[in-house]
Amino acid sequence: MFEGWDAVVLARAQFAFTMSFHIVFPAFSIGLASYLAVLEARWLLTGREVFLNLFNYWLKIFAIGFGMGVVSGIVMAYQFGTNWSAFADKTGPVIGPLMGYEVLTAFFLEAGFLGVMLFGLDRVGPKLHFLATLMVAIGTLISAFWILSANSWMQTPTGYAVNPDGQFVAASWLKVIFNPSFPYRLVHMVLAAYLTTALVVGAVGAFHLLGDPHLAGPRVMFSMAMWMATLVAPIQIIAGDLHGLNTLEYQPVKIMGMEGHYQSHPDGAPLILFGLPDQKAGEVKYALEIPRMGSLILKHSPDAPMPGLDTVPRENWPPVPITFWSFRIMVGIGFLMFGLGLFSLWCRWRGTLFQSRLLHVLALLMGPAGFVAVLAGWITTESGRQPFTVYGLLRTAESSAPLAAPAVGSSLLAFVIVYFVVYAAGLTYMLRLMAQPPHPGELGPPTEVPTRTAGITPAIEGLPR
Amino acid sequence: MSLAADIAAIWAFIIAFAVFVYVVMDGFDLGLGILFPLFPAKADRDIIMNSVAPVWDGNQTWLVLGGGGIMAAFPLAYAILMPALYTPIIAMLIGLIFRGVAFEFRWRVSGQRNLWDLAFAGGAWLAALAQGIALGAILQGVHVEARHYAGGWWDWLTPFSILTGISLVIGYALLGATWLVLKTEGALRDRAYHLCWYLLFAMLAAIGTVSIATPFLSIQYAQRWFTWPNVILTAPVPIAVALVTVLLLRALANRQDSQPFYLTLVLFALSYAGLGISMYPYIVPQSITIWQAAAPESSQIFLLVGVAVLIPLILAYTGWAYWVFRGKVRAGSGYH
Repeated sequence: MFEGWDAVVLARAQFAFTMSFHIVFPAFSIGLASYLAVLEARWLLTGREVFLNLFNYWLKIFAIGFGMGVVSGIVMAYQFGTNWSAFADKTGPVIGPLMGYEVLTAFFLEAGFLGVMLFGLDRVGPKLHFLATLMVAIGTLISAFWILSANSWMQTPTGYAVNPDGQFVAASWLKVIFNPSFPYRLVHMVLAAYLTTALVVGAVGAFHLLGDPHLAGPRVMFSMAMWMATLVAPIQIIAGDLHGLNTLEYQPVKIMGMEGHYQSHPDGAPLILFGLPDQKAGEVKYALEIPRMGSLILKHSPDAPMPGLDTVPRENWPPVPITFWSFRIMVGIGFLMFGLGLFSLWCRWRGTLFQSRLLHVLALLMGPAGFVAVLAGWITTESGRQPFTVYGLLRTAESSAPLAAPAVGSSLLAFVIVYFVVYAAGLTYMLRLMAQPPHPGELGPPTEVPTRTAGITPAIEGLPR
Repeated sequence: MSLAADIAAIWAFIIAFAVFVYVVMDGFDLGLGILFPLFPAKADRDIIMNSVAPVWDGNQTWLVLGGGGIMAAFPLAYAILMPALYTPIIAMLIGLIFRGVAFEFRWRVSGQRNLWDLAFAGGAWLAALAQGIALGAILQGVHVEARHYAGGWWDWLTPFSILTGISLVIGYALLGATWLVLKTEGALRDRAYHLCWYLLFAMLAAIGTVSIATPFLSIQYAQRWFTWPNVILTAPVPIAVALVTVLLLRALANRQDSQPFYLTLVLFALSYAGLGISMYPYIVPQSITIWQAAAPESSQIFLLVGVAVLIPLILAYTGWAYWVFRGKVRAGSGYH
């Protein structure tokens, strides 16, 4: 099997597949961990039971998502060695310590306090328990910090030197960590995680409000989620715009790919709204464009010249049909979120936040939109930096492991099968939990048999406690 | 010896420490999965899962530190070993996926038969076997040319690697059984005690067989163990193993619940020290030493600062988490 295939293409397919399945869970965990911390804080401050019920309700869903994120994350860490060993050898001295710090400062923190967060409320009391929740939430953010620093260094490498073995080595760790695209990517991704989670929470709230607009739990979660969409979606649009301008400065070829600018425009570039990029012909067919708008957005001047891919050697072109469309999907969903936030604000002002069926239906439909936007955004940025792993310095084709195609193909096939089984199950269990409304006396993650009568040995029951 | 060489040795110790902590801590988690088929009753299985549910994720994180640490401190070794161990590593990852999700998923299915129990056990067996095979494949050496692995993708499969694979499954099972003795009561604990006897003898047989087989892999291993004056250093290891075995047998006979688990940890530490004696200073046996594979000083020192500050902190809050969930696990001890 897989004889005659290109091992590098298979390795890239494997990375894209495993990464796409992985990234949605950290995105959800980052947002949900912070949401849980906020819920518990509000419970501690107000003493209102509805917050504890919501906390326990989302904690069960968090436990499933977090578990899937952890196991698919280990695959990512080891994939650098298994499929991309040349990359690991050459960039290990720079990327390795960043990931090492992620493990030391984030993974252990999350894992160490997760047990107490899930099962320990009765054992440690509310205050220590809140500390555990807070540590897990902070851990997810620290994790984002390091992994996005590592990714951003691959996109905009600075602060490095190359040693005689051909390895990248750090000349300045500060410049490595705080490389030019890192602050923008970090803000953009964390906001994306918060918005993604808000849309899920909002959709679940909306779903139950459609059934009964008087339910206390769904009202609270829906209101909180819609505030998030109202406030954060516009900030995200600004953050995304700044990220784009940063990309134009440091990775202009990626912007050419995203905008479909095959040709140079010395007198101002158009904004191509839609069209069919033809990589072979080097043009966007059936382009629907607004003249000079591209230069106006990117350079803030309608006549600013914009070089196109015709100034770049063909072997350095990103796959324009992919980046062109993934970018449009992401931006389109971003504006839909903005619209949902505005509509909810209007309903809130009118006093129909919990009654407007139209709003609830729209919020329900937008439930998975954040995940689609996150995936589309990552596809844009990762495809857009091709054909390099370390931008402009190390080509993807020179990064792979010395493996035969059958090895890479077989493992890809194995991951596809395993992921579809595991993720289908996990998604089903999460949706089942979401289909039930939170109720008074909501319990946390289960640690025992629901029915206690059967199956417990008398010997254990009889022992003194 | 220069400063850089010293730091490489320190890093070799840190990696060895991380991998050892992983082996014993996830070892008893995986051991429970390996023993799962012997405890078919749902009530028993619930207790077994509960005994590690709050801590397993932290235990597993040491594996990421071990892997990530090698990539950071010895990137060349990472780049050579991962492709060389391709199939066992992929198998381990898949095993860990099934094992990991089973902790949450099994509660979402009602009824006595639960497919996720099968995933938990099967995942543990696969991961343990793959880890043991990977260990054997490293010990027997891999084909290196220039800066990369130059062998095929089935080179790891030999009688020796199968032997180490089975040995690790047995060792993890003993850790799991002694953990149950420590954490459970009643009939469940009785059965765990019973299993400990068989597993201890199986483990001793495994240690003996691997110890006899290893010197035949390479003349370097034989010289390391059996030449004067190395013997002064190496001879205490088997003597200590014999001593710990006697203590373990006594603890099992006297049914002292807390002792067997900790004595088994010592047994693992001794076996691990034996491996260290065989391998040092190679990180890819017979071809790449820790100094050849070492990352530049700037990388090793940068992460070393973090390790020095954070590992004690990690051990402290991990210890706290274990303390919170200390004592025997009882049915219905989760929440009320």
